Amino acid sequence: MLTLTVNGQQKQVDVESDTPLLWVIREHLQMTGTKFGCGAGLCGACTVHLDGTAVRSCQTAAKDAVGRKITTIEGLGGNHPLQVAWVAEQVPQCGYCQSGQIMQAASLLSKNPDPSKAEIVAHMDGNLCRCMTYGRIQKAIVRAAADMRAKSGS
Amino acid sequence: MTHMERNSLRRRSFIVGASATGLAFGYVAANNIEDALAANSFGPTAWYSIGPDGIVTVMVGKAEMGQHVSSTMAQIVAEELEADWSKMRIALPTNDPRYNDPVLGALITGGSWSTRMNFDAMSRAGAAGRITLVEAGAGMLGVKPEECRASNGQVIHSKTGKRISYAKIVAGGKASKVWTADELKALKLKTPDQYKLVGQAVPQLDIPSKTNGTAKYGIDTMVPGMLYGRPVMPPVRYGATVKSVDETEARKIKGYVKAVTLDDKTATTSGWIVAVATTYEGAKKAADALKVTYDKGPYANVSDQTLIDEAKKLQQDGSSGQLFVSNGDPVNAISGAAKQLEAEYTTSINIHCPLEPMNATAYEQGGVWHVHTGNQFATRTGALAAGALGIDPKHVVLHQYFLGGGFGRRLDGDMVIPAVLAAKAVGKPVKLIYSREDDMAMDFTRPLTYQKVRAGLDGDGKLVGLQHDVVCAWPDERWGPAFLAESADKKAKLDAFTVNGADFWYSVPNHKVRAILNELAQKATPSGHLRSVAPGWTFWAVESMIDELAHAAGKDPVEYRLAMLDGAGDNKVGAKKLANALRTAAGRAGWGSVELPKNTGLGIACVSSQERATATWTACAATVEVNPTSGAFEVKKLNVAMDLGTVVNPDGVKAQVEGSALWGMSLALFEAAPLKNGALQASNFGDYTPLRMSEMPDLDISIIANNDPPSGCGEPAVTVIAPAIANAIFNAVGVRVRSLPITQAAVRKGLQAKKT
Repeated sequence: MLTLTVNGQQKQVDVESDTPLLWVIREHLQMTGTKFGCGAGLCGACTVHLDGTAVRSCQTAAKDAVGRKITTIEGLGGNHPLQVAWVAEQVPQCGYCQSGQIMQAASLLSKNPDPSKAEIVAHMDGNLCRCMTYGRIQKAIVRAAADMRAKSGS
Repeated sequence: MTHMERNSLRRRSFIVGASATGLAFGYVAANNIEDALAANSFGPTAWYSIGPDGIVTVMVGKAEMGQHVSSTMAQIVAEELEADWSKMRIALPTNDPRYNDPVLGALITGGSWSTRMNFDAMSRAGAAGRITLVEAGAGMLGVKPEECRASNGQVIHSKTGKRISYAKIVAGGKASKVWTADELKALKLKTPDQYKLVGQAVPQLDIPSKTNGTAKYGIDTMVPGMLYGRPVMPPVRYGATVKSVDETEARKIKGYVKAVTLDDKTATTSGWIVAVATTYEGAKKAADALKVTYDKGPYANVSDQTLIDEAKKLQQDGSSGQLFVSNGDPVNAISGAAKQLEAEYTTSINIHCPLEPMNATAYEQGGVWHVHTGNQFATRTGALAAGALGIDPKHVVLHQYFLGGGFGRRLDGDMVIPAVLAAKAVGKPVKLIYSREDDMAMDFTRPLTYQKVRAGLDGDGKLVGLQHDVVCAWPDERWGPAFLAESADKKAKLDAFTVNGADFWYSVPNHKVRAILNELAQKATPSGHLRSVAPGWTFWAVESMIDELAHAAGKDPVEYRLAMLDGAGDNKVGAKKLANALRTAAGRAGWGSVELPKNTGLGIACVSSQERATATWTACAATVEVNPTSGAFEVKKLNVAMDLGTVVNPDGVKAQVEGSALWGMSLALFEAAPLKNGALQASNFGDYTPLRMSEMPDLDISIIANNDPPSGCGEPAVTVIAPAIANAIFNAVGVRVRSLPITQAAVRKGLQAKKT
């Protein structure tokens, strides 16, 4: 039995300690916003935050998440500037990769409030979008960053 | 709609009742969504209902895979219904034939057909609701219906301004008329100048849930007490049989239940096993721990080169294949021509790999099998599950979800077979999920294609004869024989979905196209439909060859094409629209007016994808910079122009063109799944590598909207990119590449050949 902190809540899960965090979140906790894409850290669909930093949950053993703050797309609040920007720019097509894209982008903006295009590309390049919505993802990140800067008065 | 188009569409409507497996389609189970909606609601047709809160829920018979087709259907309904867009919702029905495509007669989504084929039915459904609501609302207001109009979800009495909302009318129980097919047919619809919503970039209804994790895909299905399954795939794509399964190590895995060796009566799969456990991680470990021996079957030595050799042999046999186009006598015309050219064009095997791996959750309840999975062809896939179970298809309910990518992959139904057979074997619900490796290894691929084109030019460089042979597997022979078409000489059937596009809109006096089935490829690599289908390879050959001809004739490639798009005979109207799209793309790119840096080329191509009867007029000018020593090249910009008639949602169209143009580039440069020893050489996104954000070129998209019937926009741009890029590379450094994907090595080889 492991105790995990997911979106601020303590969860007890009966899993083998090497179980990928992805399957704990998706199937044991039934929080399905986090997606399974490749199981090999190659697509980014499973991206969540560990203590605020984006990680691939398919490559993270459950035991390594114990004692750390896990944040999933469900924990982003629904009105995060990135989520608002994602709707404003009409980013998603099939939508399957977008939880991971948003979590990856959130990790960028938490550390860099005004990323350049090159910084956005470098940070996001590991997140595959099979529908290839990349142009809109870039625009949405720029929009969200501007919104966040405006709100913080910087 | 032209006469030809109507005939072509009618031809397809016989699909119900005929399928690859010879199964009859049917349906008896109750539709839970609709039952839930029925209480106190108004449903003038099966396509939507309005609740007492004024919420309009549209039943979308189309698979929502990111093309926002669900929102588009709602937008068409809302236009005639005069609904308030903020009140529109979407729901996905099961495989209930009431939601069959009105033209195709089945629940199927593909071909960039949806908007074209459903615009009329959705419009009529919307208009019917409006008329009933106006009558009922006028009654409630105590005025005459003919003095009322509907707008934004309200019925308004024009003289007095008195108004009543749809919500109140429905809550009052005054609207109840259910319209018959004949009544719907007799309705008068709006003319395009009266449109309020059609043509507006209203926000897509499926998007918000895709930004907060609440959108539900098949893989998100949860059923109480379900077990998990992961398939164990054989070492070859097709033809293997399981000889033995040793469970010794698997039994040591926590939660292991059993290994189920599939006895697939539909022959969709061969040599598959499902490892079942109480958790997915357990099923995955168990799958890896099973020790399986196989008879690899008859195709274990087949590789790409075997397929190409076979294709060449077939092409050289003049008696093979069937004629798709037969105009005049190209053989004579070419042999008598002033200049003769011939070239071979090939395309690699490609896989779909949508980001949501194939999956299905299955269980039996009260004599009915329920299968949860996102699918593009629910009618066939439900029947396939029934075929695997050996039951009447009436007793299979397929529950639809958002698709985490379709691209044609989910036109196939293989994923339901391991799910239902495993669930049957263990007597419990099973959620079956392919690993990414399973998904790639067992893709129903875009087939490897080999094309031979011969052409003859007269003394003025005019194309007088073209012979085009297309050799590949025929997806429809396996997947949908009802889609096979009659050959031009009425001698036999052919798969038009391997040659569409080759029947282009250029005026060429002598033109033949031969469709040749590569039987070996058909057996070794069961092929499917991959986004853009045949035009993805036919235009690769046609638009490359036309460019070669233009250069051979010493003509400008744009002018050369425009001269042949003269609209003569059968090419009336369409050729002129294509010419207009061509001029638009060329103009936007500065064709002939900008000076390009050294070793940078501008390449042009234009296409009438997807089919002649459903053409969307698309052109691309690609700007490509080539390193003249290494052969490395970079696509700097794609200018794409598209005329698709009525545009329902301009932003949605733009999104589809953005995605499909990048798909075209990805297929042109980055994607290939070679066949080696009977197995696809693609295991994960490390070796099958679709385009990433850092590889994006600048995109410039021009949409040409008019009042023609709406055409499709999800695929055509895929097909125009590869030839435009290859033509640009030629213009940059004089190297002609005829094989997809285009590699640096191929360009370098061409550069070296030029030097020697």
